[in-house]
Amino acid sequence: MPNLEHPAYPAADLARLESLVPCRESQVSMLLSIFGERQQFSFPSIFIYGHTSSGKTYVMQTLLTTLQLPHVFVNCVEHFTSRLLLEEILIQLQNCSGTEQTSPVHCDTLNDFVRLFKQALASQELQDQTLYIVLDRAEQLREMEANILPAFLRLQELTDRNVTVVLLSEIVWELFRPNVGCFEPFTMYFPDYSIGHLQKILSQNHPPEYSADFYAAYINILLGVFYMVCRDLKELQHLAALNFAKYCEPVVRGEANERDTRKLWKNIEPHLKKAMQTVYLREISSSQWERLQQDGGEPGQLKGLSAHTHVELPYYSKFLLIAAYLASYNPVRTDKRFFLKHHGKIRKTNFMKKHEKTSNHLLGPKPFPLDRLLAILYSIVDNRVAPTANIFSQITSLVTLQLLSMVGQHDQLDGPRYKCTVSLDFIRTIAR
Amino acid sequence: HSHLLELLKRTTVHGESNSALIIGPRGSGKTTLLNHVLKDLREMNQVRENLLEVHLNGKKNPFLSGLLQTNDKVALKEITRQLQLENVVGDKVFGSFAENLAFLLEALRRGNRSSSCPILFVLDEFDLFVHHKNQTLLYNLFDISQSAQTPVTVIGLTCRQDILELLEKRVKSRFSHRQIYLMNSFDFKEYIKIFKKQLSLPAEFPNEAFAQKWNNNVQHLSEDKTVQDVLQRLFHRTKDLRSLHLLLVLAVSAVTVHHPLPTAADLQEASRQHSSDSRANIVHGLSVLEICLIIAMKHLNEVYDGEPFNFQMVYNEFQKFIQRKAHSMYNFEKPVVMKAFEHLLQLELVQPLERPSARAQREFLLMKLLLDSSQIMEALQVYPNCPTDVKQWAASSLSWL
Repeated sequence: MPNLEHPAYPAADLARLESLVPCRESQVSMLLSIFGERQQFSFPSIFIYGHTSSGKTYVMQTLLTTLQLPHVFVNCVEHFTSRLLLEEILIQLQNCSGTEQTSPVHCDTLNDFVRLFKQALASQELQDQTLYIVLDRAEQLREMEANILPAFLRLQELTDRNVTVVLLSEIVWELFRPNVGCFEPFTMYFPDYSIGHLQKILSQNHPPEYSADFYAAYINILLGVFYMVCRDLKELQHLAALNFAKYCEPVVRGEANERDTRKLWKNIEPHLKKAMQTVYLREISSSQWERLQQDGGEPGQLKGLSAHTHVELPYYSKFLLIAAYLASYNPVRTDKRFFLKHHGKIRKTNFMKKHEKTSNHLLGPKPFPLDRLLAILYSIVDNRVAPTANIFSQITSLVTLQLLSMVGQHDQLDGPRYKCTVSLDFIRTIAR
Repeated sequence: HSHLLELLKRTTVHGESNSALIIGPRGSGKTTLLNHVLKDLREMNQVRENLLEVHLNGKKNPFLSGLLQTNDKVALKEITRQLQLENVVGDKVFGSFAENLAFLLEALRRGNRSSSCPILFVLDEFDLFVHHKNQTLLYNLFDISQSAQTPVTVIGLTCRQDILELLEKRVKSRFSHRQIYLMNSFDFKEYIKIFKKQLSLPAEFPNEAFAQKWNNNVQHLSEDKTVQDVLQRLFHRTKDLRSLHLLLVLAVSAVTVHHPLPTAADLQEASRQHSSDSRANIVHGLSVLEICLIIAMKHLNEVYDGEPFNFQMVYNEFQKFIQRKAHSMYNFEKPVVMKAFEHLLQLELVQPLERPSARAQREFLLMKLLLDSSQIMEALQVYPNCPTDVKQWAASSLSWL
């Protein structure tokens, strides 16, 4: 494993840095060699991309604070307009200098920003050290005004000062580039963690009561279940923390000791599968999950978020919804066949053959006029249904519940057209 | 270079007004050229001043950049500030832009009646100024440069070749149509020479022996076959000197106390890093479920000739694979697969054709895949721990449908 060495920084700092960022030594050493010594000019802009929770923000922050390089850290999602962003940078610059003058800063355009920036830098004792401006979630910069991104890439040239802008993002650089081109930054990739790395990092958080081997075996099992679905470090850490108590239960109850892997596995396996459907999907919160574990409840009691969408509908509304589903997903030609007592034959034309592959179930619901809905409704309900205002108001309430959606303008002359927005499973549960 | 120098000399010495445009692709050195010429000019003027004091009382160079001055009001304020005329303008209210500008230039007339200060306007990112409303700033600047009041030179720098078509008729007629084109027109031999020059240490380096050793090493490298291959590849892709610079920095960053001289292997490694496909890197980090979804989308693209698809179709395809061919994949539930799909959306490997509205259901929103099928196959080769049946599914054609 390469040790981080750099003549400009004290070795103690570097050793501490290395312990804080496991599995990222090569990236850190590359960054250090690009940064160079404190007063040397570096690249005007650096673009770092990598997967979610591959450590970009964490490594940058640790690096800059451990080595005490002057920096400004801004999240572009938090400051989503250009004015918020520019003012935040200037405010942080003021705080950086340590003096307590927090005068309100007013900065609307980039022009003012460059001027105020130069003033702020002049008033600080940075001794020509490079100032790093780190913009996290940089993909939001594309949504702001069109001149923000190219200007930040060239900030060193525009302000004529020793400043480097670092952009962190998940999206690749090709999607950032403006149409006329811009100053290309130095792109760096933070590779994703391999399964060995994930194991190493997750095993570091073991609680002190149990041995490291025990926790490592637990992490192994967890990764075996979840690795195929998700490689996100944060999610895995969350899942590991939540399920560990359940894993330790047999040991606590005295049924098995730490080495009985088979028993522990049998105990934890259905639990992890349940976790995949609930906590992983954020259907229930983690506190609900913990309570469930303590009670040892059955899955039937789990009221996840999606359970709340099953509303109880009145009698005619259920029929209306089923009729709407049929109207949306069956083509008009087949209506005659399904719903009339005496049907004729349907001639399959060439048109039908070509489109057989894309069944309607894949393409989504089609809009249908109100009359068709009522016609289907009359044919599926056994007794006679009068077209009272009751029925129509139920249709409107279905629209408000967003089980149906209105297509087209409100004042169409032919009558309103609707579309059914629920899935087959939902219809099946209603039809019971 | 000499043209530009001549032009500027004529303005400052003879009091002629001029305008010119410097056009060249990104990184071809327009700003560097201009700075160079300005430096030369300043040195020359110092000489002149010693000889003839009457002529120039100082030259003001307002530097405007299209990125910063996004509309004409801002530009005007910046001009005022750079000419240091703020206290003169004060509270005056001006009817139009032209009056404002004329007033500024009047104020520059110093005591000498024969000449006022020649002003050089440098407009960087010229194409952005063209998009202002009515192009008032450009109109006025060119107008002044044509009329004989004050010697003004306007130099614009841009990377768009079609810049003249973007100018309005009245602006174009006032422009002197003087254009200087900068193209990177050197061939490979000169490229290697530039490489050597960039990498060598200058003569003023303090440690003489080390500099000597370093320069010998550079000479050695430039004759090495593998290094020439690397440079050739980069040269074919882009002649831009900035990319060469990036490559060299990557290579030199491997130099440490223990490894004092850059070698050919360093350059090769740097070239590999520099030209790695960023999308392939992202695909490398996806989970197996997400890879399966991408393969399903690839198959859909092949069957339907690139027509957009939605999540329901992809899920269907995935189900077919699980039922018929998969042994190592567990049949995940639909919400879990949906979450994987949304992760792909977030990484922008899949893009919806239109913005998702609140009305439409998420599963039926039409999308398109932003990856090429050859990119996917290459990425699968290097994907770690890929189950074999998934790989086979990817490579199979649809004869089993």
